[in-house]
Amino acid sequence: MVQADGHSQYLLRRLHTLAGVIPVGLFLLEHLFTNSMATNGAAAFNSAAATIEGIPFLHFIEFFFIFVPLIYHGVYGLYVAFTSGYNSGQFHWWRNVMFILQRITGIITFVFIVFHLWTTRFSGKAPTFEMVHQLVSNPAYFWFMIIGTVAATFHFSNGLWSFSIHWGITVGQRAQRVMSYVTMILFIVLAGVGVDALIAFTHAAS
Amino acid sequence: MTEVATQQGQSTTGQTESNGQQKFVHLKIQRQDGPETAAYMQDFAIPYTPGMNVISCLMEIRSNPVDENGRPVTPVIWEMNCLEEVCGICTMNINGKPRQACTALVDKLEQPIEIKPMRTFPVIRDLMVDRGRMFEALKRVKAWIPIDGTYNLGSGPRMAEKDRQWAYELSRCFTCGACVEACPNVNDRTSFIGPFALSQARLFNEHPTGKMNREDRLDALMGEGGIHECGNAQNCVEVCPKGIPLTTSIAAMNRQVTYHAMGAWLKR
Repeated sequence: MVQADGHSQYLLRRLHTLAGVIPVGLFLLEHLFTNSMATNGAAAFNSAAATIEGIPFLHFIEFFFIFVPLIYHGVYGLYVAFTSGYNSGQFHWWRNVMFILQRITGIITFVFIVFHLWTTRFSGKAPTFEMVHQLVSNPAYFWFMIIGTVAATFHFSNGLWSFSIHWGITVGQRAQRVMSYVTMILFIVLAGVGVDALIAFTHAAS
Repeated sequence: MTEVATQQGQSTTGQTESNGQQKFVHLKIQRQDGPETAAYMQDFAIPYTPGMNVISCLMEIRSNPVDENGRPVTPVIWEMNCLEEVCGICTMNINGKPRQACTALVDKLEQPIEIKPMRTFPVIRDLMVDRGRMFEALKRVKAWIPIDGTYNLGSGPRMAEKDRQWAYELSRCFTCGACVEACPNVNDRTSFIGPFALSQARLFNEHPTGKMNREDRLDALMGEGGIHECGNAQNCVEVCPKGIPLTTSIAAMNRQVTYHAMGAWLKR
């Protein structure tokens, strides 16, 4: 992209924010949408899952548009969280607290996704309503899922706010303030959708 | 306490309360004897005078260098120059916030007043720090306008009044270091040059003559410790004593750098 003379850090950082929104964030939205099919019953969810299963070149898409950006965003994100300083004890302003929450939810989401993938995608079981129902019937797993979903949706929504500044979209103070309202409403909506779907999975298929 | 009163009661600047008791200002100051030695805290009680600021407290200690218990100590070292919040050299952490000692009025501060040097910069002695890294950062982003030549280049292009008005706000930066001190991403694990340098790059990129070298500054902002190290904690804009819209400057430079990075690649 740009000259190799010391611009690689810039490039890696911007790829990190881009990966978080374009493939990973979009996938999160798609995933929450598919999950909420569960609120219409087991048959609706199973049909939605089957539609995804039927996408041509599914493994290719999954690998290059989900796994690669997700791993990059996650691993580089851990590096970012490690190099950041944390001084909310001294400076307790709202945005500084959000700065720390963004890093904490990122780490929670990382752990959550690893465990989530291990118990679902890489469990060797078919992605059906019944499989998820079995998992969330365990209260500990259910609450782990709730925490993970809330952390992931917060990280995405607040990340969008930061993304808008990193890419120079929201420049003025007012634009940034409005964006923070918009992204917090988005967080509440997305977290609600995710939690609602999780509750739907706890009901046995009729 | 009585010991302190006898020690400092002779001070001519002392103000007595209506009941005849001498009022004292209590200070907790972080001392450090040299760049390599360990820091330690020292308590002071100095006679109160109406309208005191932190500088006059430090001057009082210098004229009578004894600690709270009346024991002689070395005078506290600090830097000062303008005494009207335009030079920035007396910046220190006062009650946990980086600010200028000259405009830190005792009447408006909670006591004991805790005074520490800025943690971001190497301490030379006591409250005196080496802010050289800020000068290096300004050099890195080329925060100047090159007008030197072998012949008279004439007058430059004019600047629109509406731009001059906001650019003036940015020009009020006096490199005090408060934004660098408050930034969580300025630490020993990163090489971030600090918020002020990004804002100064914006100032000089806006200047009609400075604009002629805008790519050089944008390249520097993409370099090591550049704009990408910003994590949007936005403490900088909260602590800036001049109210400079640092976060707007950072976002504006993000926009310029984004266009520059993509443009540089597409133009090849």
